[in-house]
Amino acid sequence: MNSVYLDHAATTPILADALSAFTSQASKLGNPSSLHTQGRATRKDLEDARESIAKAAGCLSSEIIFTASGTEANNIALKGLFWLGRKNGRNVVVISAIEHHAILDPAKWLVEHEGAELIELPVTAAGVLDLNFLTDLINKRGDEIAVISVMHSNNETGVLQPIAEVVKLAGDIPVHSDAVQSFGKVALNYQELGLFAMTLSAHKIGGPLGIGVLILRRAVEIPALLHGGGQEREIRSGTLNAPAIVAFAAAVSTKSYDATNIAKLRDDFAQRVVAQIPDAFVNGADVERLPGIVNITFPRTESDTLLLLLDSEKVSCSTGSACSAGVHRPSHVLMAMGHDDISAQSSLRFSFGPSNTAAEVDYVLSVLPGVIQRGRAAVAS
Amino acid sequence: MSGGVDSAVAAARAVEAGHDVIGVHLALAANPQKYRSGARGCCTIEDSHDARRAADVIGIPFYIWDMAQEFHDGVVENFLSEYSAGRTPNPCLRCNEKIKFAAVLDRARAMGFDGVVTGHYANTRESENGKTLHRAVDHSKDQSYVLAVLTREQIDGAIFPLGDTEKVDIRKEAEARGLAVAQKPDSHDICFVPSGDNASWLHDRLGSEVGPIVDQDGKKIGEHKGAYTYTIGQRKGLGLTVPTADGSPRFVLKIEPVTNTVVVGSREELAISKIWGERAIWCGPDVTSDKKRGFVQIRAHGSALDCTYFFDGSNLIAELDEPLLGLATGQAMVIYDGDRVVGSATICKTE
Repeated sequence: MNSVYLDHAATTPILADALSAFTSQASKLGNPSSLHTQGRATRKDLEDARESIAKAAGCLSSEIIFTASGTEANNIALKGLFWLGRKNGRNVVVISAIEHHAILDPAKWLVEHEGAELIELPVTAAGVLDLNFLTDLINKRGDEIAVISVMHSNNETGVLQPIAEVVKLAGDIPVHSDAVQSFGKVALNYQELGLFAMTLSAHKIGGPLGIGVLILRRAVEIPALLHGGGQEREIRSGTLNAPAIVAFAAAVSTKSYDATNIAKLRDDFAQRVVAQIPDAFVNGADVERLPGIVNITFPRTESDTLLLLLDSEKVSCSTGSACSAGVHRPSHVLMAMGHDDISAQSSLRFSFGPSNTAAEVDYVLSVLPGVIQRGRAAVAS
Repeated sequence: MSGGVDSAVAAARAVEAGHDVIGVHLALAANPQKYRSGARGCCTIEDSHDARRAADVIGIPFYIWDMAQEFHDGVVENFLSEYSAGRTPNPCLRCNEKIKFAAVLDRARAMGFDGVVTGHYANTRESENGKTLHRAVDHSKDQSYVLAVLTREQIDGAIFPLGDTEKVDIRKEAEARGLAVAQKPDSHDICFVPSGDNASWLHDRLGSEVGPIVDQDGKKIGEHKGAYTYTIGQRKGLGLTVPTADGSPRFVLKIEPVTNTVVVGSREELAISKIWGERAIWCGPDVTSDKKRGFVQIRAHGSALDCTYFFDGSNLIAELDEPLLGLATGQAMVIYDGDRVVGSATICKTE
């Protein structure tokens, strides 16, 4: 068996269409901000791409701000919307307790450097946002809240979050959603959700690295983080990365993501793992999740050891949680779901993509029991 | 793989010897510093990047193992408690004994690996009595002293690929292998004392209580600022104003933590001719009550002193041919038979 890649939530193989769009655009000369022939030609390709991404995401093309990453888009949104709200005396930042570090850390930065008050919304044991808590919070302190940011689906567990309900409860409070994991995989429409801002990233759907999108409601002006040529609505400066942008659009248009099959493969895998390893369990098993992600706790193991052992068996997956200086730390997502430090460090995320096969699942299941056994011996030693 | 040149070359040599190798960097500090300052400290984030880069260049998988808790409990706490008990511990020995060839080796074996390769300068040899531990070819870099706490079973699981080479040639080899750490400075001192200032590090953690400095007769002749900041044999920095009758210098002879007293005396009183060590570990065949000739070493880079040694059933005892000046309890005594490490013990008594 060649290596089995079950880490599509980290990054995906680039799609052939995206790669060819990238290379052909990269060989074209022209800064899209230039006014001459070459500049206009690049601008044309780039705006075609913007329109097709906008269409897929359910927003106006003028609402798309290209960034260098999902992280950058999250930073612009959270900090920008906070500063916008603070002008009107709103100083509270509300995020879910299970946000990616690209929201969690800018939120903490706002607390440390801008005097913001941060409120983290709890989640249920299944990993779904606690809407009752949010309702109470908005009733009590709604006029103090500058921004609410809740991810569309969680990157570690795949659990989908009730964004439409959050937007409804928020009323006129701006809501941002990090939809990096959801885009291209489940139904997702910016306008229908009624969001104020939303983040996308190309490399999670077979596009290239180095290109993200912030969708921000038109005519909203927020402070820039990068100052310069003012290319993207004066909110984001920097020469537009035309090859990555057209490749992003090509990946969006490919529609290669067969959610039904991927979910079937993932479910078959999870079911057989739980059957083989009796005390293993799926986090967020009974709630709606992304088709490709499953997060499994293997009690009495340490996930970094399991990852190493699986890697040596040519299976690539993830501990699903952040590394601090390369050191595995308990997942804040699982902790928020009620795990203790130990069990939050005993979980692996397997994320499936279009290229995975049933034979690969069979192979992983053939090596997994031995890996768990050795992993348990290592913990006991 | 610490991120230094030695472990990088050791890993490369292990791969070349045909082993199936993975690189492991130990995270030993709960909150590592970003960068190393000077030659002190280790386990910074920069060091772990250097280790990863070396592993990538060699072409082996690389992982970081978090042993911060084990290191704190097994090495740092022990360092503090030994000092507060008036002894002078060597944390590098302790780390080899409790972390590198215990926690790491156990974990590796449980995971299906056979042993731990390190960049220590030492050799092992197969003999009829099993694998034995020996000094490195480069005596100036020899680290067999800090490995003398390993049991035969631990030595069985240890591979030291650098023992046959001079350090200067290891750097050349690293250069030739394209390892960027080839000219990285060696680390010195105690890795968890980044400032290199042991006394003030201990002072911050153990506090300091002023106490008497007395002579051999118990007469108070001065005051100290915390007994653990002194070492046996120390002459400078005692701050004594009352001179000896003949003007000869005074040395620290003893540190008595219970009474918080530092005892000083003449150079002659410092002389030691017999050493007792507890918690003996044999790196090869057991030492018996039969007296044997060999060498004893009491510091990492100290000289090997001619001695007669034996085991009395509870202590390892070395009788020195020539007296030795200044020796602290808590230090390790390591016995050599030629270049072979016989075993070690923690010095508990001297005469």
